[in-house]
Amino acid sequence: MAGLTKSEFANPVINWIDTRLPIFTMLQKEYGVFPTPKNFNYFWNFGALAMVCLAIMIITGIFLAMNYQPNTELAFNSIQHIMRDVNYGWLLRYVHQNGASMFFIVTYIHIFRGLYYGSYKTPRELLWMLGVVILLVMMATAFMGYVLPWGQMSYWGATVITNLFSAFPVVGPKIVTLLWGGFSVDNPTLNRFFALHYLLPFVLVGVVFLHIAALHITGSNNPLGIDVKSPQDTLPFHPYYTIKDSVGICVFLIVWAIFVFFVPHTLGDPNNFIPANPLQTPADIVPEWYFLPYYAILRSVPNKLLGVCMMFGSLIVLFVLPWLDTSRVRSARFRPIYRQLIWVWVLSFVVLGYCGMHKPEGIYVVLSRVATLYYFLHFLVILPILGKLERPLPLPESISQPVLRGRGGGPLPGSATAKPMEKA
Amino acid sequence: MGKLRSLLAGVFAAGLLAAPAIAQEDEMPNEKWSFNGVFGTFDLAAAQRGYQVYANVCANCHSMQMLHYRDLSGIGLDAAEIKAIAAGITVPSGLDDQGNPKEGPATPANQFKSPFANEAAARAANNGALPPDLSLIVDAREGGANYIYGILTGFGQPPSGFKMQDGMYYNRMFPGHQIGMPQPLQDGTVEYVDGTPNTMNQEAHDVVTFLAWAADPETVERKQIGVRVVLFLMFMTGLTYAVKRKVWSNVPH
Amino acid sequence: MADSSAAAAHHAAPGHGPSGDVTKRDLLQLIATAGAVIGAGAIAWPLIDSMNPSKDVLALSSVDVDLAPVIEGQGITIVWQGKPIFVRHRTAAEIKEAQDTPLGQLIQPQADSARVKAGHDQWIILVGICTHLGCVPLGNKPSDPRGDYGGWFCPCHGSQYDTSGRVRHGPAPANLALPPYAFESDTKIKVG
Repeated sequence: MAGLTKSEFANPVINWIDTRLPIFTMLQKEYGVFPTPKNFNYFWNFGALAMVCLAIMIITGIFLAMNYQPNTELAFNSIQHIMRDVNYGWLLRYVHQNGASMFFIVTYIHIFRGLYYGSYKTPRELLWMLGVVILLVMMATAFMGYVLPWGQMSYWGATVITNLFSAFPVVGPKIVTLLWGGFSVDNPTLNRFFALHYLLPFVLVGVVFLHIAALHITGSNNPLGIDVKSPQDTLPFHPYYTIKDSVGICVFLIVWAIFVFFVPHTLGDPNNFIPANPLQTPADIVPEWYFLPYYAILRSVPNKLLGVCMMFGSLIVLFVLPWLDTSRVRSARFRPIYRQLIWVWVLSFVVLGYCGMHKPEGIYVVLSRVATLYYFLHFLVILPILGKLERPLPLPESISQPVLRGRGGGPLPGSATAKPMEKA
Repeated sequence: MGKLRSLLAGVFAAGLLAAPAIAQEDEMPNEKWSFNGVFGTFDLAAAQRGYQVYANVCANCHSMQMLHYRDLSGIGLDAAEIKAIAAGITVPSGLDDQGNPKEGPATPANQFKSPFANEAAARAANNGALPPDLSLIVDAREGGANYIYGILTGFGQPPSGFKMQDGMYYNRMFPGHQIGMPQPLQDGTVEYVDGTPNTMNQEAHDVVTFLAWAADPETVERKQIGVRVVLFLMFMTGLTYAVKRKVWSNVPH
Repeated sequence: MADSSAAAAHHAAPGHGPSGDVTKRDLLQLIATAGAVIGAGAIAWPLIDSMNPSKDVLALSSVDVDLAPVIEGQGITIVWQGKPIFVRHRTAAEIKEAQDTPLGQLIQPQADSARVKAGHDQWIILVGICTHLGCVPLGNKPSDPRGDYGGWFCPCHGSQYDTSGRVRHGPAPANLALPPYAFESDTKIKVG
């Protein structure tokens, strides 16, 4: 057969398919034997956990969509129908609802790993930027998903957030009308949010594919932040990391299961058990916990447009992070000042989340302004300057070397030249 | 790394638990509910008495539109009892030959009968206030079952100097202390068929048990499956970890 | 080094270590894989079962019919599981006609006694869907044509049924189907 390279799998069926469309060869290359740094810690599980999360969310979402009605008259009741009458409907709903929280927990930790170990630095800038795109698409998906049950918080959260776009000069109100498809959040809005909420996860699958493709060009980072120098620094992904990821997945599923089966309402808001009422605003309009830090940034300044710009800015600044951080050293392990300051940044993010939970009055105004200031200070001032001023610790020669000398990662005594491998 | 994760989790949990801004007007009662805890179940006798309270007292003003009579099998009533309960209730039942709406006895497939045809009628009959639907009330209020119990047992005389508005009633639990609902339960309001003493607190306890079931009828099955799932996952964690250790045993790390 | 042992694990037969013996690791692997398969099954079942009829649909899976208003010679149509059900109160003449028909004359031979409940042969209860291509035959309303056999007549392609709902003239190949039903009293039936 002209142009075809015959595959060499033992199984004749797999061989036949692979000769015509080399999926199995690709899987073997990218996941079977793919050389992966041998010194990953459990932080490196979180990308795989995010993928598992996405798959479970899509599957539960499709089965929920078989019963959900995207119409303002029917939506709330259709969810109750799922909860009460559909076989295992309650399970589908709780897995999906808590899964959104799990997805953000896992993604935030995954992002933290990138920040701590310098995974955004060259040559992985595009990988990082694709990741920020994933975060933004996740946020849009989650926002629209929360509107679908058409509870009080669904309706009023949608109203507040869509109204933000009116802050833009001249075209603002027209944009909002376009988003709404009417004069307020109503049936057209709900319907299009459902269509888009169904669509975006598949867009996510595509972006995740690009994210992993980019990763496989550069190879993974590792806790030491230094490049792979030889095959001795790596292990084939299978079985070493397939099994390690399996451990992580089991632990992850336990956490998810505890929420689903024992405390399914903890991360939610009681107000969303009340059907949406356009004539009655709840005492506190609060988004889901994963949006709280951004909500706090939004409300930290009294000017609407400035607040909107800063909220979006807090995400856009992530895009240019690879160029803001001037340090030549990737991993915080070897950056004694950065490794402390990153925690201060984490603290500012948590404080912002805490402020987002409360009305913007009293102490919370001050706290959110200070934390917002620090958030931007970290990226726009500290990182560019720190890279120039910080004296990093000496890096090990290679990934294999610290392991041979016992658990390493810190400065090595004496010379840093590599000793020959002792194990055959 | 585990420490880091637990630190972050702890900080976040502390933040979440430092609860949002709904002012607790009075101390939340701390009732013992049969359905609390990993192995909690619904006290079916209490739930059945609670249904009796709902049907005789609350249903005069409050709908429970998410419930159907067939759902009552969840509180231990059998098919014959449910059919009898439904048959004793008159509900809208389609159209007659002239095309006019007619009524008839309910069947198990029917929703619980609503006291009012629509919101306007409900408001008109209640001084402009809308008695909320009770299907999800336990989940729709901060404090859940304890809060609802607190409301039902929290009526009393306003303290001296407290200005009550017309048509409102003083309640210790309700935010603002002025509630549109007159005290629904007192000692002896409902005669229990099983002879349980019908004190106000007992009636409140029973109806809240019923309402908690009504809001989350799948609770017991959910927790039972959850125990099995978590145990299975813990087993799988141990197993995969053991395999991981074996796979990695020849790699210095 | 790490690569070669990994390669060996890759090429060794499943369940056997490099030396060919069943190692503890491979037994653990087997149990872990079995656990994963069980887990996958446990996940798949609720997903599939959620597509089965939900509780509200099942609640309507049977219907009670009051026969008292249906006088002799009259028929009504009720809906059960989305299908039309014919309930006809047969006259004595209709019953006799149905019982006396020789089985050899029938396209699908079936005795009338097999199509009614003992002691209630004045009631014929049928699924009102023509066995040809699914139209609803006429014959329940007093003004409807009943065909040459006094039963039902299907206007789509001309099939005709007798007073027992048996097909007497094609193109329908089979008798009108019988729904599951039972008499709760002389004047009440439960269909389904």
